[in-house]
Amino acid sequence: MTAVGSKCRVCKAPAVIDLPRHNAKFCAEHLQQLCRRQMAKAIDDFEMFSTDDRILVAVSGGKDSLAVWDMLIEAGYQADGLYIGLGIGEYSTDSGGYVRRFADERGLHLQTIDLRDDYGYDVPTAARATGRVPCSACGLSKRRLFDQAALDGGYDVVVTGHNLDDEAAVLFGNTLRWDIDYLARQMPVLPAANGFPKKAKPLIRLTEREMAAWCLVRGIDYVVEECPIAAGNRHLSYKESLNAVEAKSPGAKASFYLGFLERMAPLLAGLSAAAAGDLNECERCGSPTTGDVCAFCRLVEKSSAHEPVPVEMVLTRGRRR
Amino acid sequence: MKVLLRNPRREVEFTGSRSVDRLLDELQLSREAHLVIRNGTLVPGDAVLGDDDQIEVRPVISGGAG
Repeated sequence: MTAVGSKCRVCKAPAVIDLPRHNAKFCAEHLQQLCRRQMAKAIDDFEMFSTDDRILVAVSGGKDSLAVWDMLIEAGYQADGLYIGLGIGEYSTDSGGYVRRFADERGLHLQTIDLRDDYGYDVPTAARATGRVPCSACGLSKRRLFDQAALDGGYDVVVTGHNLDDEAAVLFGNTLRWDIDYLARQMPVLPAANGFPKKAKPLIRLTEREMAAWCLVRGIDYVVEECPIAAGNRHLSYKESLNAVEAKSPGAKASFYLGFLERMAPLLAGLSAAAAGDLNECERCGSPTTGDVCAFCRLVEKSSAHEPVPVEMVLTRGRRR
Repeated sequence: MKVLLRNPRREVEFTGSRSVDRLLDELQLSREAHLVIRNGTLVPGDAVLGDDDQIEVRPVISGGAG
């Protein structure tokens, strides 16, 4: 028996998903309509970019980055992709394959960087060589290379696939620590300043579940497997905690994060500017830094001189981030 | 019914029809963190899954930057 479930709130066709936070079920078509409207509202509310802007999308092969690229192209934006091969074993090989297929099938422009080939290191090696936790070495590398590619390519804005769950989890962590500097900077748009490109997160009003559903109904293949290094990290435990709250109180995550943006972030805006402080130019690469040599140049120096470290060697070290 | 689970990838077998929500409860999986796909099509929580269905329970939580 495969009985049909309930109906779409909008058109009464068979529903494909229930979204308790909207107290509604939707068919594939109206799920997409909801996602389009939520992204458009985020772009509009925070003046993220216009169709005249050239957008560089940071793509990982996961659901969120491929979904946001797909949604931007569908909405008429000029969006190219940048993929960074992180050297995380089979996971990176698979991720890169999903990104290339996505771009090829749609005739989209994709730029790729490979940490090992282009910079002489990979994430496991960087973690071991610098003593950083792997997610920190990964994040530092990605931020720096996305920034540089955007500036070199003359892009107006870097877009990432951070969604409502990502931002709520980061906010949760920052709030648990009352980390005022980070709270002040946790905005969906960061303007171009001090040598950094503009950055925007158009998916802040959409959950991970909604983004995965977008990919499914749009026929987008993405890497479902979790990054083996990220497994068990603190960020994931925050998401699990927030999902436990969401199960009891649908809409709690959206209320937590979007309420922060509406009512708390304006109070912290001045602190964000003060926290930015004075920046120097890195004496090696010219990027903005608080010291003489930027953290990325120091990471490259140590990591490229280090013997390559297989991903298995850092799995047990990556349990707390 | 055959149920494909991820992270790690494995397959388990269930006998007897049940709703999507009940399946997730039996697997002790969060509805907020999973989607259920029946014979290649996404289905909501009250959809009834039958013995002949091929089911995938897909986690949607990822570790960071999308």
